[in-house]
Amino acid sequence: MLSLFILAPLFLLFVLNLPLKPVNKACFWLAGVLLSAQILMALGHALCPWSLYPDKLGLFFVFNLVMDNLTLVMLLVIGIVSLVALFVGKSTIILEEQRFNFVSLVLACVIGMNAVVLVRDIFSLYIFIEITSIASFVLIALKKDKLAIEGTFKYLIMSAVATVFMLCAMAFLLLAAGDLSFAAVHSAFYNPANAGLLKCGAGLFLCGLLIKSGVAPFHGWVPDAYSSAPAGVSILLAGITTKVAGVYVLLRLFGSVFILNAQFQNILLFAGAFSIVMAALAALTQDDFKRMLAYSSISQVGYIILALGCGTPLAFAGAIFHFFNHAIFKSLLFVNAASLEKEFGSTNMNTLAGLGNKSPVTGFTSLIGALSTAGIPPFSGFWSKLIIILALFSAGRFVYGGIALLASILTLAYFLAFQRRVFFGKTESTLSSAGTSWALRFWEIALALITAASGAVFVLVHNNWVLPLKAIFW
Amino acid sequence: MLINLILLFALVLAALWTVTTPRLIRAIVGLAITSAILSVIMYQLSSPLAAVFELSVCSGLISVIFVVTISFTRRVSKEELLVRRKQKIIKYWYLPVILIAAGLLLNHYLLANLNSSVLPAQEGDVRNLIWNSRHLDLFGQAVILLVGALGVVVLFKEPKK
Repeated sequence: MLSLFILAPLFLLFVLNLPLKPVNKACFWLAGVLLSAQILMALGHALCPWSLYPDKLGLFFVFNLVMDNLTLVMLLVIGIVSLVALFVGKSTIILEEQRFNFVSLVLACVIGMNAVVLVRDIFSLYIFIEITSIASFVLIALKKDKLAIEGTFKYLIMSAVATVFMLCAMAFLLLAAGDLSFAAVHSAFYNPANAGLLKCGAGLFLCGLLIKSGVAPFHGWVPDAYSSAPAGVSILLAGITTKVAGVYVLLRLFGSVFILNAQFQNILLFAGAFSIVMAALAALTQDDFKRMLAYSSISQVGYIILALGCGTPLAFAGAIFHFFNHAIFKSLLFVNAASLEKEFGSTNMNTLAGLGNKSPVTGFTSLIGALSTAGIPPFSGFWSKLIIILALFSAGRFVYGGIALLASILTLAYFLAFQRRVFFGKTESTLSSAGTSWALRFWEIALALITAASGAVFVLVHNNWVLPLKAIFW
Repeated sequence: MLINLILLFALVLAALWTVTTPRLIRAIVGLAITSAILSVIMYQLSSPLAAVFELSVCSGLISVIFVVTISFTRRVSKEELLVRRKQKIIKYWYLPVILIAAGLLLNHYLLANLNSSVLPAQEGDVRNLIWNSRHLDLFGQAVILLVGALGVVVLFKEPKK
């Protein structure tokens, strides 16, 4: 059953690339149905644990895919964000050929991401991270203009450096453990032989994954890649692709495969706190909405890395909850950016002013996204940040907890400045609306509802999703 | 032992020449030589399959792709060439130093004390391993090729008028 998450998108990718006109025309809807099915399967797992059904394909292939609560949350987020990105792409990409290529590449990304969260072997993990990355490079360069090529090139070079680190790390781990399955590497960590090699391998993997996650000071490629990509691609990249290829792998490996010792904890805590503060300060100085969101994304990833560095099960659960929330509210804010770009032709905050009256839905939903990002109750971002900060305090990390707390004020500052500049005040007479699409409005409202609802029914979310997550880690 | 040292030294030299030479064609030749030396080292380490793969793909196929790409570029003037050569040597002189230092440190502190009891048995055939017990990796590599081909089509296909 689990192999369907990889094989179904691959099958659809093949079918779409056959020379069948009706199929090609319905590409968005076919991919949409597939991703909706993924969301429903992830949500319905509690009612019908389908992962327990035997994998019929196991007769021919040995895939060794495993499902746990973290995988379930990831499959859900991948489904939601990819679906939103797909339909935002449908509304914003005009050229027929580009639209078709966009769907194919999103499906390739989904194959890679689904496999990354399902595999239990470090080498397989690496292969599927590469699939996700290659599809992302092409997606960013889809427009083929100078900025897009520059953004892709930066991402490609940084990714290649990260790949070298990860390959070296795998060589060390293989030498020390004899096998790269999660179980073998994990048990090797309890063996005093080859402890130095294992630590070296884990350290190199950490470097590679911090680059892939776009954490400061390895974040140089993030603002260019996110802001130069087409709207749908920005959502996919900021919401899920770079998070699965970097942050999820960090959580998985340092949460349940490697041993998180004090040195790694200190590196992660410092990288997280530095990322939060540096990116929030950089976001304050941005004039372009998409670049500001890219810096905000780096800052929010910092919270997840900080929680990982804290190393307690509560912090891990908080990190995953924040991962989910970040994927939703950052997608919402990027849909807002897409909506502004489509309606007024720009995301530059200097040219936009007083749009609250012209685009009330975008204004209101972006306020919800902004408040959730800043951690204002009762939105979902508040609860996940609260869990992370409580975990930091209860682990005795008062300085880092304080930084996480105070940085929320910075987040609020740059988002309020954005709201004031773009939506409040007097409307510029030169600004005329070119009209937006109903699909964008629909996704703005849907994502704002998820953000508000997962905060409002937090007790339910906490008991059914967050608490079971704690059990995965040690 | 001596032959291994000579090979490693030649490998570092060839790699250094690859990154410092100002002419792209020479850089490709340097890369091919680096790969060829690496494949000899792999053969010495009793991995003939990996050696053949390195020689045919990295030294052969990839060099051909690079040469095709370079055929689209233009030649620079001699003055510019001299400036670039100087800049490259200044930029990259520390790379072999770091490489050799890292290798020595690794050898001295980690590999010298390696407990090889955890390593898989030597007689295991790599072909058996790849085809019989790593289906997912094979599948993944096929998908990488597919996505790469898709990327080439998307980025380099001339748009319809």
